[in-house]
Amino acid sequence: MKGSLIIVGFFVLGTLCGAFHLLPFEVGESDISFYALCGLMFSVGLSIGNDPQTLKNFRALNPRLVFLPVATILGTLAAAALVSLLLPHRSMADCMAVGSGMGYYSLSSIFITEYKGPELGTVALLSNIFREIMTLLGAPLLVRWFGNLAPISSGGATTMDTTLPIITRCSGQQFVIVSIFHGFVTDFSVPFLVTFFCSL
Amino acid sequence: MFTVIGVMFGGIAIGFLLRRQRLSWIGRVITVLIWVLLFLLGVEVGGNRRIVEGLATLGGEALMIALACVLGSCVLAWGLWHWLYKRKGRSV
Repeated sequence: MKGSLIIVGFFVLGTLCGAFHLLPFEVGESDISFYALCGLMFSVGLSIGNDPQTLKNFRALNPRLVFLPVATILGTLAAAALVSLLLPHRSMADCMAVGSGMGYYSLSSIFITEYKGPELGTVALLSNIFREIMTLLGAPLLVRWFGNLAPISSGGATTMDTTLPIITRCSGQQFVIVSIFHGFVTDFSVPFLVTFFCSL
Repeated sequence: MFTVIGVMFGGIAIGFLLRRQRLSWIGRVITVLIWVLLFLLGVEVGGNRRIVEGLATLGGEALMIALACVLGSCVLAWGLWHWLYKRKGRSV
């Protein structure tokens, strides 16, 4: 819990710095977050490679876990279709297009802005940022409520990079391979699903 | 996207080569980098006028869709978790 609050604290601090232009440079135009992400992934790689247990876990991986990305995609689309009943001015296809961003906010919001205009594009951007933040902050609770696979499903397309560290922390190191595999499959589904639901 | 994955596999290879040493500090580095990335995400959100103005009107909708998608996928993940592990008491 303390860890999550610190993370929220850093996010809020960042929001304030961005809103009041307290940083001497433009973060969006620089590559700094890309390099930070690379540094993070390198560190995650180091910790995986340095742990002799990981390779054993990979061999012992349950082959039925290939169904995890399928569960994620079906669960996400079904829930997005249901929530459209609560949002009368949004069509079911619009909600499913936003949902099929799977947390990949940069790509999905660009696609949706292109096909459906900036308003739904903004909803897609926010919704998928929220999904990533919910996964980062809620991972420990999701494990407790829905089992160790839940933060992976919740993370959607982000489980091979940004949410991978928190997943390994909350679900366990043995889920690294599942998480990367899941991220790969879900990630590739995003452009196809978003385009499909925008064309309906 | 593929650069990031490539960097991670580079890290795995180097970590594997250094497997005789215990890199106990790596967990702390990961935690700090998560903080940095969340801070930078915040800066981008706060500095983007489109998002800040959208937060009030479109944020509620986005929050509902995000919450539904997280819960929907977690329910199916819970089902899969039960089917794989709880039924036969398997381990990962």
